[in-house]
Amino acid sequence: MIRLHDIHKSFGDHKVLKGITAEFLTSKVNYVIGRSGSGKSVLTKCTVGLIEPDSGHVTYDDRNFTAMSRKERKGIRQEIGMLFQGGALFDSLTVVENVKFPLRMFSDLPASGIADRAMDCLRRVELEAAADRLPSEVSGGMQKRVGIARAIAMNPKYLFCDEPNSGLDPQTAIVIDNLIKDITREYDMTTVVVSHDMNSVMEASDTIHFVHEGQILWHGDRHQLLAGGVRELEEFVFASDLMRTIRKRR
Amino acid sequence: MFFRSFVAELEAIGTQSVGIVALLSVFMGAVICLQTAHQIGGWIPVYTIGFTVRQTMILEFSPTLIPVILSGKVGSSIASQLGKMRVDEQIDALEIMGVNSAAYLVLPKILAGVLIIPFLVVLSMVLGIGAGAWVGVTTGVSSLADFEYGMQVDFKSFDVVYALTKTTVFGFLLTSVPAYHGFHASGGALGVGQSSTRAVVWSVVLIMVSNLVLTSLLLN
Repeated sequence: MIRLHDIHKSFGDHKVLKGITAEFLTSKVNYVIGRSGSGKSVLTKCTVGLIEPDSGHVTYDDRNFTAMSRKERKGIRQEIGMLFQGGALFDSLTVVENVKFPLRMFSDLPASGIADRAMDCLRRVELEAAADRLPSEVSGGMQKRVGIARAIAMNPKYLFCDEPNSGLDPQTAIVIDNLIKDITREYDMTTVVVSHDMNSVMEASDTIHFVHEGQILWHGDRHQLLAGGVRELEEFVFASDLMRTIRKRR
Repeated sequence: MFFRSFVAELEAIGTQSVGIVALLSVFMGAVICLQTAHQIGGWIPVYTIGFTVRQTMILEFSPTLIPVILSGKVGSSIASQLGKMRVDEQIDALEIMGVNSAAYLVLPKILAGVLIIPFLVVLSMVLGIGAGAWVGVTTGVSSLADFEYGMQVDFKSFDVVYALTKTTVFGFLLTSVPAYHGFHASGGALGVGQSSTRAVVWSVVLIMVSNLVLTSLLLN
């Protein structure tokens, strides 16, 4: 479980996070939703340590990550997998070399073990046929799947996904959503997905945190989400005709 | 992983720069020879041509102008490569994995630059002087004996030490400054382009300033 305790973060005079407290549950897909500029990405970066919060702290299974030194954090970082919005694949390496990268850096496996593990991960995302291609030679959806394969290579306890569906067609987006949902159960991970895609939220979320202007205004699950209750949340969730139609039919 | 990365940088910074270094050095050596021949006459001895080509190549053209030119080629490549990695979140991905991204990405480039650029400069000296001799003889402005004599007259081996000392410092500057700018790039393609431009400009400025400082310290 990941806990955020009263996280504050400002850039100059601009307060981006204003006291975020939240829990992300193990073996669940925990969504963080909100409008662009609401502070979701900064929240994720504070959680994984890419940005230091001004105050508050983050705990990973009761280990205070914020208080740790860079060296101490290294241990937890090796338990974290992250899928970035653009894939963030190393473009000079082939697909399989990308997946092997964390294994080469941190595992004690022999070369044959690394190759086997990398191919297992690629098989899991159904991309073993693309193993020797460069990231620029595969589609956006495939790049996301390679990103997932690389993220799970080290068998992480925590998985972060930043806008996993951005730029994907609806069918591919559902494939990615289901993959994230399935591997969360399979690897018993604590998964945190940052998204503003309501299709994805309705497809894959177990818990949902709604961030608005740097604060969590609401949290619950997808069934409670449709009931609404908070004006800002309703404006966000029911912004599209499709969601309004769904609400009417309920 | 580090060694593999270091070898790749040796190739990118060193081997892939041999062509441009050779081209520039050959033509500069030849032009210096012809310009010197044009300016001497009457009471100035012909061996001055060999002397001037040697001194120009060893003291200034090879150790200073070759790094300046390489800061355009190598520096912009380093800055744009790291800048793209920054804006594409590849550096964030390394950090998330627990990799020290600066050590992993920047250190091999700096070490490779410091190690390989002096070799390129020595190559430049040899090719420049050789081209000067060849052009001098083939155009008839100097005999080979005069050129050889000029090359050897008043030769101070410390000049080579001075040149290679400068080159090592410039090798550090032309890799570390672009690496800094690329590593801290932001704002998409425009930001990468700006970081690349800043990297080249600051590398050249720092090479010129340190050239003056080192020359004052080492030759006076």
